[in-house]
Amino acid sequence: MPGLGASFGRGGATGDLQDLSNADVIVIQGSNMAECHPVGFQWVMEAKARGAKVIHIDPRFTRTSALADSYVPIRSGTDIVLLGAIINRVLTQERDFREYVLAYTNASWLVSEDFEGPEDLDGLFSGFDSDTRSYDTASWQYAGAEEDGDEQEETAESTESESGHAMGAGGASVDHESIRRDETLQDPRTVWQVMKRHFSRYTPEMVQEVCGIPTDLFEEVAEAWITNSGREKTGVLVYSVGWTQRGTGVQYIRAGAILQLLLGNMGRPGGGVMALRGHASIQGSTDIPTLYNLLPGYLQMPHATRHPSLAAYVDAIKGANQKGFWGNADAYTVSLLKAYFGDAATAENDYLFDALPKIDGDHGTYGQVMDMIEGGKIFGYFLLGQNPAVGSANGRAQRLGMANLDWLVVRDLVMIESATFWKDAPEVETGEIVPEQCRTEVFFLPAASHVEKEGTFTQTQRLLQWREKAVNPPGDCRSELWFFYHLGRRMREKLSGSTDPRDRLLLDVTWDYPVHGEEQEPSSADVLREINGYDLTSGELVPGFTALKADGSTSSGCWIYSGVYADDVNQAARRKPGREQSLHAPEWGWAWPMNRRVLYNRASADPEGRPWSERKALVWWDEDAGRWVGDDVPDFEVTKPPSYRPPEGATGVAAIAGDDPFIMQSDGKGWLYAPKGVVDGPLPAHYEPAESPFRNTVYTQQQNPARELYTNHLNQVHPSPPERGSEVFPFVWVTSRLTEHHTAGGMSRYLPYLAELQPALFMEVSPELAALRGLEHLGWAHAVTARAVVEARVLVTDRLAPLRVQDREVHQIWMPYHWGAGGLTTGDVVNDLAHLTLDPNVHIQEFKAGTCDVQPGRRPRGAAVLDLIDAYRVRGGVTMSSGSVAVTAELLHPDGKDRGEQAMAGATGTGTGHRAEDMEKVLSVRHDIRSRPGDPQQHGVPAVVIDDDPDTSLEGS
Amino acid sequence: MRVGVRTFIEGWPVYRQLTGNDPLGRGAAAQSARSRSLTPRTAEADSVAKSVCPYCAVGCGQRVFVKDGRVTQIEGDPDSPHSRGRLCPKGSASEQLVNGDQRVRTVKYRRPYGTEWEDLDLETAMEMIVDRTIEARRRGWQDADDRGNRLNRTMGIASLGGATLDNEENYLIKKLFTAMGAIQVENQARI
Ligand code: SF4
Repeated sequence: MPGLGASFGRGGATGDLQDLSNADVIVIQGSNMAECHPVGFQWVMEAKARGAKVIHIDPRFTRTSALADSYVPIRSGTDIVLLGAIINRVLTQERDFREYVLAYTNASWLVSEDFEGPEDLDGLFSGFDSDTRSYDTASWQYAGAEEDGDEQEETAESTESESGHAMGAGGASVDHESIRRDETLQDPRTVWQVMKRHFSRYTPEMVQEVCGIPTDLFEEVAEAWITNSGREKTGVLVYSVGWTQRGTGVQYIRAGAILQLLLGNMGRPGGGVMALRGHASIQGSTDIPTLYNLLPGYLQMPHATRHPSLAAYVDAIKGANQKGFWGNADAYTVSLLKAYFGDAATAENDYLFDALPKIDGDHGTYGQVMDMIEGGKIFGYFLLGQNPAVGSANGRAQRLGMANLDWLVVRDLVMIESATFWKDAPEVETGEIVPEQCRTEVFFLPAASHVEKEGTFTQTQRLLQWREKAVNPPGDCRSELWFFYHLGRRMREKLSGSTDPRDRLLLDVTWDYPVHGEEQEPSSADVLREINGYDLTSGELVPGFTALKADGSTSSGCWIYSGVYADDVNQAARRKPGREQSLHAPEWGWAWPMNRRVLYNRASADPEGRPWSERKALVWWDEDAGRWVGDDVPDFEVTKPPSYRPPEGATGVAAIAGDDPFIMQSDGKGWLYAPKGVVDGPLPAHYEPAESPFRNTVYTQQQNPARELYTNHLNQVHPSPPERGSEVFPFVWVTSRLTEHHTAGGMSRYLPYLAELQPALFMEVSPELAALRGLEHLGWAHAVTARAVVEARVLVTDRLAPLRVQDREVHQIWMPYHWGAGGLTTGDVVNDLAHLTLDPNVHIQEFKAGTCDVQPGRRPRGAAVLDLIDAYRVRGGVTMSSGSVAVTAELLHPDGKDRGEQAMAGATGTGTGHRAEDMEKVLSVRHDIRSRPGDPQQHGVPAVVIDDDPDTSLEGS
Repeated sequence: MRVGVRTFIEGWPVYRQLTGNDPLGRGAAAQSARSRSLTPRTAEADSVAKSVCPYCAVGCGQRVFVKDGRVTQIEGDPDSPHSRGRLCPKGSASEQLVNGDQRVRTVKYRRPYGTEWEDLDLETAMEMIVDRTIEARRRGWQDADDRGNRLNRTMGIASLGGATLDNEENYLIKKLFTAMGAIQVENQARI
């Protein structure tokens, strides 16, 4: 989560759930915690019982709202305006925790003279290039460091930003010695003054106009948050996928982080930013990533041009003159390569770094799907406990992509829709997929359940918890550990005689895991030991990452997890009952890094090392003992005194001063202003969602100019003002979860209890919208976008109130997204409505706000579904270039680039292979998969033109 | 069945409610002879495994009760400091997740252009997957880009998944794919 990583240094929730009970105010925004993380919500209630104020900000009134002290309805996609207005209030009224801000943030740093912001540039930051649709960040740097901007992708093939996601365990690099400061905060180039100017237009009136929140309610929220923060009090911000699944999601998190830093809430009891993750081990799967742009421990995947050698790779991470624990990046990297390749990795061969596969662009899941549709690139696909036919955005594109593969391996507990698409996808009903003409060979290999294998999950507070194995898996069911161990073993056996250099790495990888039992299962504990790492000279397990070396004498499969097997004890398996321990329960499981439960807890003490207040004491300096002590493991070198000042020229860990609490940051401070690490702006700015019924009133610029698009006829975006046609899709749709179902439903729709508790897909609408469209409670309705049509039962409820925005009423509809064709309760796939527009930092799609139409009754059947979508496309003038404008001002300027030209520009895959004039034709959504035995993958299927001259003039012209 | 008057009166729930220590009549007072004779599945278990709920990221502690090699019950673990014994409906339903009929327990195979699933034994399936992986890897291989920068990779294979898997599993997945040059590894964190 780069929003957190760029602000604080690590991309994980900053505290634990129990710590919520220490808060004086809890703001829950972009999360329906009571229903989506129900058991965690007990800690919110605990805080409330102790007198904390609980505020819930969300488009829909939920059980979280019902239990909160205040509920604030908000138009989906406008959170930055609300947060920006609170930030503005703090800055202009000087309500910040000034000592904290001066000591622990970059407020007094000077920003380059070259920096210009949205105030100056109509919504853009300096450095935007509409030809590449991306920012050159040189002008965003601190004064004197302008040469250090994030490197831009050199080719125009894709806007990519692996560096963004890499901020999981460390901020971006910056030269700390060259930084200039003004502690009076008066210099107009200080971060403080830059922010003050930037947020000045975020006013309560703007909040009312854009978010639909009345000013008195705004007043209440702002005052509750501000007055419950400071020396004696702390507040916590809780968010979830409601924020991350956005075209500008990272900037939402940045806005929250800025406010929490200004109010002095980071690193302190009852403070922090609690990121609630959706899946049992989703934090774990970014820590030890199954992601293309990362290696374990947030080390970047090597890049073809930026990392020509191990030395270049390490230097890029360490940066020049950089502070903090990334200074030991060479030790982390070499130890990983030793864990991967053992004796084959030597100092002489640079630990096989050169042989590693390299990335050179966006290779994310949505780009892969586009490649599958295009054909001839991806031949085989593994699905490991994931169901993209239901769970990923634009399910039609997902299914049609899978129907054009050579082979697919599905590993799951149940027969999910992604395994059965060839016979029961909605596209079979429309005639686009015909089983006899669908080439994909499918292997379904049943998986072991969580009680049939041992291993660790990393849950939302970075806590690793070991699960014991209860029983053997039945029949052919096997763990992923078994599957991948034996896949690798068999491949290595088949290639064992190979002298092809391409097979070298596969033959050199350490793969000698002992197997056990009839099933020949490898041991998870052995793998966890490998992750922890060894001192290779003694053969002992290392005690933690500080013991890792760059000389090849240690190994560690994931440096941030190093210590999980310290003293040859599986620390993640510790189960000392919570009631016998302190609140943070340090002897239950193990949290990365080094079992620290509240990150940045050095900031709970003042610069001299004394608690800011007795009430909020957590970790402090004990002068007599000469060490940091307290109720948590210090997130700081334990014997480094507060008075420590680095000698001149120091770098890395030695350069961290005794009052630098953000030890992963390159300057030791929390970043109010992020000169690096976020590719779409150093400060958050409000843009309308990629699809919106409203013109942006904050800036001329309508949408995030750097958003990523994938446009072909399956993934077209609705026009937004000032483009004509948005009125055809007048409503905002929002999706999220129910308590009783789980994501794509494979683990819930098939279970009798859960299917009975939530037996049908439904659509929540307000009484006003029901009246407007003639919808009946418990009757049927269907929602239509340019991608899909989805039907559901209607739930008329005042939990979704229409909001007044820009002096007109906006209606929002809400749907849970768990349904598909399989299981005990079936329904349409809600994610089919979505388009693929991605946050440029993390390539996460915008799920939470799109536009649609709603009509009463059931949807059409069969091919008539496609006709309905096509009719909407014609009416709305939806083309390959609609909704893809990068710079609105250029669109509005008579001599500026028109829509088609803008869509052709850049690297987003929008215009790839198309002519500008074709970009403005309305194409049918139909996509027939037709293949015969012996055929190659279908390639470049031409879409049918249904209107070759739509009205592309702008609104009001 | 003849019942003595005293037994009859004592067996009357209201009597027990008024005389016993269950004045609200929700506990022992309301218990029937049948429920008194029952023992919980948890008491009969041969073993109890300490586990974690597999659904959301709260990570509630679970106790998995096993008898005769079969999971008989899954309950919240009161020892867990953050869940304190509680489970939500999903966590409470996880015994069905493990034992339910929805689970597919054997390998299924759909041949190209096929209209039905077929059975396949696990050994054959593994061999076929290994052969296909090796072949797709070769076909999608890229040694270098057109300016000569090393790529050492295959684009012929992609993978999606990981957020429901164990750390150790994700570790082996990334390690193997990296060693075979497959970079297109992704998971739910992006979705
Ligand atoms: S029991 Fe519910 S709240 Fe707890 S981890 Fe499972 S799904 Fe999450």
